[in-house]
Amino acid sequence: MTARDEGYDEWIDALSEGAGYALVCPEGHGSLPPRRVCPECGSSPLSEEPLPGSGTVETFTVVHVPSPRFSDDAPYVTAVARFGPVRLTGIVRGVDGDGDVDADGDGDAIEVGETVEVDVGERETDGGRIVTFRPVES
Amino acid sequence: MTEVRVAGVGLTRFGSHPERTGRDLFAEAADRAFADAGVDRNAVEELNYGNFMGALAEHQGHQAPLMAEAAGVRCPATRYESACASAGVAVREAVRTVAAGDADVVVAGGMERMTNLDTEGATEGLAIAADDLFEVRAGVTFPGAYALMARAYFEAHGGSREDLAHVASKNHENALPNEYAQFRTEVSVEEALDSPPIAEPLHLYDACPITDGASALVLVSEEYAAENDVDAPVAVTGTGQGTDRMALADRTDLAATPAAVDAATAAYDDAGIGPADVDLAEVHDCFTIAEVLAIESLGLAEPGEGIAAARDGHTTADGDLPVNLSGGLKAKGHPVGATGGSQIAEVTRLLRGDHPNSEHVPDAEVGVAHNAGGTVASAVVHVLEVAE
Ligand SMILES: [Zn+2]
Repeated sequence: MTARDEGYDEWIDALSEGAGYALVCPEGHGSLPPRRVCPECGSSPLSEEPLPGSGTVETFTVVHVPSPRFSDDAPYVTAVARFGPVRLTGIVRGVDGDGDVDADGDGDAIEVGETVEVDVGERETDGGRIVTFRPVES
Repeated sequence: MTEVRVAGVGLTRFGSHPERTGRDLFAEAADRAFADAGVDRNAVEELNYGNFMGALAEHQGHQAPLMAEAAGVRCPATRYESACASAGVAVREAVRTVAAGDADVVVAGGMERMTNLDTEGATEGLAIAADDLFEVRAGVTFPGAYALMARAYFEAHGGSREDLAHVASKNHENALPNEYAQFRTEVSVEEALDSPPIAEPLHLYDACPITDGASALVLVSEEYAAENDVDAPVAVTGTGQGTDRMALADRTDLAATPAAVDAATAAYDDAGIGPADVDLAEVHDCFTIAEVLAIESLGLAEPGEGIAAARDGHTTADGDLPVNLSGGLKAKGHPVGATGGSQIAEVTRLLRGDHPNSEHVPDAEVGVAHNAGGTVASAVVHVLEVAE
């Protein structure tokens, strides 16, 4: 691997330890590191606030045509989920028992509004670290 | 402020030309633009050139001097990069330069060479328009990003894949007579629906193709046109640009593109017109859902109603507001860094009456061009009007 990305990789480390956080400005806007000021309003300082334990899927897609870094992962599900003051983008795992996605279903792998937990996993293609979501058993 | 006129427009045929170099593509477009304009190359005072992924596709940075050579001009030359809006920003800066009186003759346009890469390579190239840390590493591809927006739109406003298929079918039909279009073949709503998935809910015929091509415009001041007897009946009367948060997940609303609203508002104000004055539009339909979001941002459809515009016939060639009479990115093709210039070329020809689809808009006086970068973190809108 190439050099770490300071700020981002520490955030991924924290996420993998169950200690994910968002940066929050005095106005209450959430953002993700590295940041020196709030990208929404320019204010500072930014405080680290723990992410809630679960989030809500707002949209998702089943990707069939991947970039090279994901060639062995496809088809896979990428989702955007709301976690308190921020939304995260990640790959949905565990939606079909063993982590495989339901590739032929148009929306039956996961649903908008579903509750997910966030973790860190690996790309099948090259082992690179990725943000992952897993549906919470209800 | 001086009025900016479009003296000449030039395009290559958009399509798959994997063996043609970028410099040759741009040279052809520039040649056509000079021939159309009747303006001497030696009169050019600046070259504004758009290109997105030339460093990946051709291992070529620093392309502006190369393209000045290709066009046969010797003047300050600069490459502009705003992903798929690269040529849009290049044109916008040319318009501002001429309007401010800093130059009388500026060439603007762009080029992209893409089909020399394989599909994975082109997918990787396009994906770099997204946030690398927070989107690309989470598997977001270019179609994937628009698929996320499409599903969010369906959730917020309703709509279906069939509505999107009507956008595809309309734009393919519009491309049939366009000699510069990549695909001059009809695609039925059923064929679009039955095409294979790329990034669900988007399927193959929701997506623009991978395209090689170039565009060039010769923009002149009204005074230069008058003094040099240059026939330039169409004016660029408004320009606007908007920027949004880079990553889709950071946007206020996943089913709207406020950068394009900002760009449109500024362009309409600049031109002193409003959406009701618009007779035709060329919009950035890199995916079918993008056309829906574009016409809503331009104020040509209410939020939530753009999805039905093609299906209901409002935006078809014989509708009350034809959109993408060129065939759009969808059927005409999308050589990323050239697209913004080609839209201006199409609107100019439609307004001049020498476009193969001009017959559908014989009385058109006002056209708009909407060019977007990434998932519309960048947007540029231009207003063109018949001035003479
Ligand atoms: Zn803030």
